[in-house]
Amino acid sequence: TADPLIVESQDWAQSFGDGVDATPYGLPIEYEGDVIRRNVEWLTADTVSSINFTPIHALDGTITPQGCAFERHHSGAIDLKKSDYRLMINGLVDTPLVFTYEDLERFPRENHVYFCECAANTGMEWAGAQLNGAQFTHGMIHNMEYTGVPLRLLLQEAGYDTAGKWVFVEGADASSNGRSIPMEKALDDVLVAFKANGEALRKEHGYPVRLVVPGWEGNMWVKWIRRIEVTNEPVESREETSKYTDTLEDGTSRKWTWAMDAKSVVTSPSPQAPITHGKGPLVITGLAWSGNGAITRVDVSRDGGKTWETARLAKPGEKMALTRFYLDVDWDGSEMLLQSRAMDETGYVQPTKAQLREVRGLNSIYHNNCIQTWWVRENGEAENVEVS
Amino acid sequence: EKLGLGRAALPAEIAAWDWDINAKGDGLPVGSGDALDGEEIFAEKCAACHGDFAEGIDNWPKLAGGADTLDHEDPLKTVGSYWPHLTTAYDYIRRSMPYGNAGTLSDDEVYAIVAYILYSNDLIEDDYVLSDENFMDFEMPNADGFIVDDRAEAEYAIWSGEPCMTDCKDSVEITMRALVLDVTPELDTNAGATEASASAAPEAAPEPEAPAIDMELAAAGEKVFKKCKSCHQVGEKAKNRSGPVLNSVVGAAAGSVEGFKYSNALRDAAQDGLIWSEAELTAFLAKPKAYLKGTKMSFAGLRKAADQAAVIEYLKTFE
Repeated sequence: TADPLIVESQDWAQSFGDGVDATPYGLPIEYEGDVIRRNVEWLTADTVSSINFTPIHALDGTITPQGCAFERHHSGAIDLKKSDYRLMINGLVDTPLVFTYEDLERFPRENHVYFCECAANTGMEWAGAQLNGAQFTHGMIHNMEYTGVPLRLLLQEAGYDTAGKWVFVEGADASSNGRSIPMEKALDDVLVAFKANGEALRKEHGYPVRLVVPGWEGNMWVKWIRRIEVTNEPVESREETSKYTDTLEDGTSRKWTWAMDAKSVVTSPSPQAPITHGKGPLVITGLAWSGNGAITRVDVSRDGGKTWETARLAKPGEKMALTRFYLDVDWDGSEMLLQSRAMDETGYVQPTKAQLREVRGLNSIYHNNCIQTWWVRENGEAENVEVS
Repeated sequence: EKLGLGRAALPAEIAAWDWDINAKGDGLPVGSGDALDGEEIFAEKCAACHGDFAEGIDNWPKLAGGADTLDHEDPLKTVGSYWPHLTTAYDYIRRSMPYGNAGTLSDDEVYAIVAYILYSNDLIEDDYVLSDENFMDFEMPNADGFIVDDRAEAEYAIWSGEPCMTDCKDSVEITMRALVLDVTPELDTNAGATEASASAAPEAAPEPEAPAIDMELAAAGEKVFKKCKSCHQVGEKAKNRSGPVLNSVVGAAAGSVEGFKYSNALRDAAQDGLIWSEAELTAFLAKPKAYLKGTKMSFAGLRKAADQAAVIEYLKTFE
């Protein structure tokens, strides 16, 4: 029978839609209302010191819109006007300096796309398959194009002491979230950023100015950054000792595990993005990234790791940025145990959960970059599982 | 080459923001305090989240306990059991606490709170005066428990090279499923979302003789119960927190609250048939750790017999 949507005249084809001023700053259309950040209430005591998750199962491409990019606050997202913003550089410098927001915009600036991943991403999965959805297992990540000033230029402006081995960075919020960063990294690629994806940072991402620490754990990307101190010693603050350290099976813990190792996940099909069209052509897609360089290859397995096929990268991998991969298949409608496995330019191959556990045990919490498995059933529904 | 942007920071401005204290103690302010003072400040400003005994309420951080658990399943990481440097506690509390009122403590108050946390971890006596002069002498139990990131040596060499593409394993079995745990938040559009698992039907127990409850005593017990509230809930909407729900606990079999993860000690006692009779409860409440070695209940105990009786009477009102 003929499709009424085609043969019958529709409202939208007859009368008007919205005028140009209906949404001076637009939001997604209501039909996309489920593509939102989500919180897992039982994880934390209070939403002002908590995290939510990017709906990666519903996004494509690589750039994360700010409005659905995961948030992590230690004392809530603060309200800080550009005109009230100050950035201090002190410590081992010739002249301690204070910059206003306007000052920052007068330094030569750069644009770079980088992912920001929380060290705890996938952390709930250490002991076993726990959360049912890519958003929850892998959604503590976003990927944006940042505009900002290389930290190096600000340090030069203050005349940093070349003997200084560290910078201590802190935010203007009540937690201040201080972290120590080695001077080598600070001079290399760290950005003091004020724009993301072309627009001002959102409040929840540190408006007006945040730090961008490419490839390194998200906690170091201090938001509302207000002070940078050149020091000889690391501070060993709460967030670099009691948190964001990785406890091994024998009870000793690794500290300064800054880089996020190569990792990938199939975003669709996945538990929140089941196959609804039955057998036939199927696009398997996902994301891969590495804090140690560019992704060079992603393999996909449909049988739980027995056999692998090399996926197609949408674009050649870029350093410390998300890479989109696709595997276009003819699905025969049978069960699949879907996995993806990333490789980066250092030759690193994303490990299995068993490999990670063999080295680290079950108590590491952070830096879980294991291969993820989705069990896709004949009806197209998928579940987070672990396989032998 | 400098651009001449920004202006010189004034000493007063640097002093206002530059508070950090590093692990060598650089930046520690002059001052002192002991756990006796600290207990009072802690009760007022910290206990709402961290508990009267620094044991942590709900998901708020536990600051005490956990000694020798780091190589166990689910280690308890506290200031006492995990933190390598005491300076971190001073630095963090002074800059970021109390939660919601950061940076309002005096330097002496911070010393007193740090002393109280050490005391709660059984690391000092309550009258030990902690100060800038002896602060760096204090050695943290887990000071040597950290190594610098060794992934390059321990992992990268193993997980590299050309990976297997075919016949990588003989068979594949599903060994664990997320749906079994059912901890994913409910989503409208989640096709795989599970129905909230039907709660177990209440067991049809024989109608007991309703014991007469001394309401006056129960009212007194409600006040005593404040000490228990940080961990235990009662009433219709009660949920397991760091301690189990206590509805109908009087006369119940020990270890029988569904969904609560009991200590091994309590599970063993339950297996041996422990019933929470008034006599048993009284003994437990008097000195929990002496009564049941290995209990998770990090509570010193109710010393007064009147308090023990009152709180039990109060609990009887929650059937």
